[in-house]
Amino acid sequence: MIWVDTIIQGILLGGLYALFAAGLSLVFGIMRLVNLAHGDLIVLGAYLILLLVTLTGLSPFVAAAVAMPFMFALGFGLQKFMLNRVLGDDILPPLLVTFGLSVVLQNALLEGFSADSQRIQAGPLSTASIQVAGLNLGVMPLMTFGSALVVIIGLNQLFYRTSLGRAFRATSDDPTTASLMGIKPAGIFAKATGIAMIIVTIAALYLGMRSNFDPSIGPARLIYAFEAVIIGGLGSLWGTLAGGVIIGVAQTVGAAINPEWQILAGHLAFLIVLLVRPRGLFPRAVD
Amino acid sequence: MTALLETRDLTARYGDFQALFGVDLTLGEGETVAIIGANGAGKTTLMRSLSGVLRNGPDSIRFDGRGIGDLPADEVMAMGIAMVPEGRKLFPSLSVEENLQIGAYGRNTGGYWSLDTVYDLFPVLKERRSNPGTALSGGQQQMVAIGRALMSNPRVLLCDEISLGLAPVIIKDIYKAVPKIRASGASMIVVEQDIGQAMAVADRVYCMMEGRITLSGSPDALSREAIHNAYFGAAA
Repeated sequence: MIWVDTIIQGILLGGLYALFAAGLSLVFGIMRLVNLAHGDLIVLGAYLILLLVTLTGLSPFVAAAVAMPFMFALGFGLQKFMLNRVLGDDILPPLLVTFGLSVVLQNALLEGFSADSQRIQAGPLSTASIQVAGLNLGVMPLMTFGSALVVIIGLNQLFYRTSLGRAFRATSDDPTTASLMGIKPAGIFAKATGIAMIIVTIAALYLGMRSNFDPSIGPARLIYAFEAVIIGGLGSLWGTLAGGVIIGVAQTVGAAINPEWQILAGHLAFLIVLLVRPRGLFPRAVD
Repeated sequence: MTALLETRDLTARYGDFQALFGVDLTLGEGETVAIIGANGAGKTTLMRSLSGVLRNGPDSIRFDGRGIGDLPADEVMAMGIAMVPEGRKLFPSLSVEENLQIGAYGRNTGGYWSLDTVYDLFPVLKERRSNPGTALSGGQQQMVAIGRALMSNPRVLLCDEISLGLAPVIIKDIYKAVPKIRASGASMIVVEQDIGQAMAVADRVYCMMEGRITLSGSPDALSREAIHNAYFGAAA
């Protein structure tokens, strides 16, 4: 029974990693851009929510909803005025720019909020749990996983049911031919990064409520997100959820064997998947 | 006849390589013009310039009295110039129907062409509507590419080498659609290496060689010898 409990806790933890990864997966899927500042943008989102909660006394969930349009605008502008200029056949310039952005964000957050670790207070919710079939499940992990499911389903609906989603996929296939359809690739990229930042805000909400954060923890979130995307297969949204779950389960199982093994077990799971399935579990047919 | 689309002294280059040398071309409202020429004559470069994929001086290309040479492809398309690109270029991530739908993304003016009328034009596409575009045969893919361009109800339809790599019987099938496309009111520029089909549907023919227009006129008025000379250069 203890093992069932461990694995279920791992699956729920995987929801958090899937939330970290979904925005990264979306942006990579559409424009082959790896945003190395993704983790720092999540931390930035967490500080923005914390600021709103502290200043206005709003509930964290309302504060996150308020933060979303700002984060969308930030992503849209970031893509339009900075990242679109460095996108091209060479993959190095966007990597360098986002790496630089990561450093800038960490230092700006350090300057603005100090190195003290913070937490978004969620009240009784953070310790609430419910009993299901003899297992104690935390409400917060359940909500995290539920949110991850909603995000992945929502993104899939957007991709496969809407005109904007068709434009996303067409631009991802071939930007030049897409422009012959009246699509402006630069505008599509800006919208995609804006949407990714909305998901980042959701990830930031749960990151901030579930654990302490400080300006330096972004890169480690990026690693988890990146591993989840790679395990799932580049460009596959359901794969990203599966990737997050695999890392989550590996971490809780590792921790159950020996608490020191938690982080290492997650990374080992990533390496094993990479050895067995170098293209990830659900690679897209076309790259 | 007033010009709907015209180029004046159009030049185009890729870096140091000049591909077009002062091309003057006119397309009238409702007209179908064929551009023929050998490989490397500059036909595709001309089409890429007309569609906005290659940018030029604003007045080197005029559409409906307005200089559009410097506009990007998406704005050119929104004005009503749709292109069937060489090699079809279907989107592999999209189904047949989605490939058609996306043709109307940047211009949705209403008009004769819609999913229903495109399926009437090419009934086989209706059966394959849920397949990925790239799972179809070459001829069917070409039908999707043409239907995709029609979905925006263009005023000008640019067709770049639609017979490329297709069997003669399939080419004939595809060219059967041309009269219906003309009847819908679209003017057409048809680029071909295969002279026969292009001459049969065109009101006027331009022949290109080495980036210049070497001959133009109505298909009946041009002798085979004149075309041969304009196509390959005068016999030595």
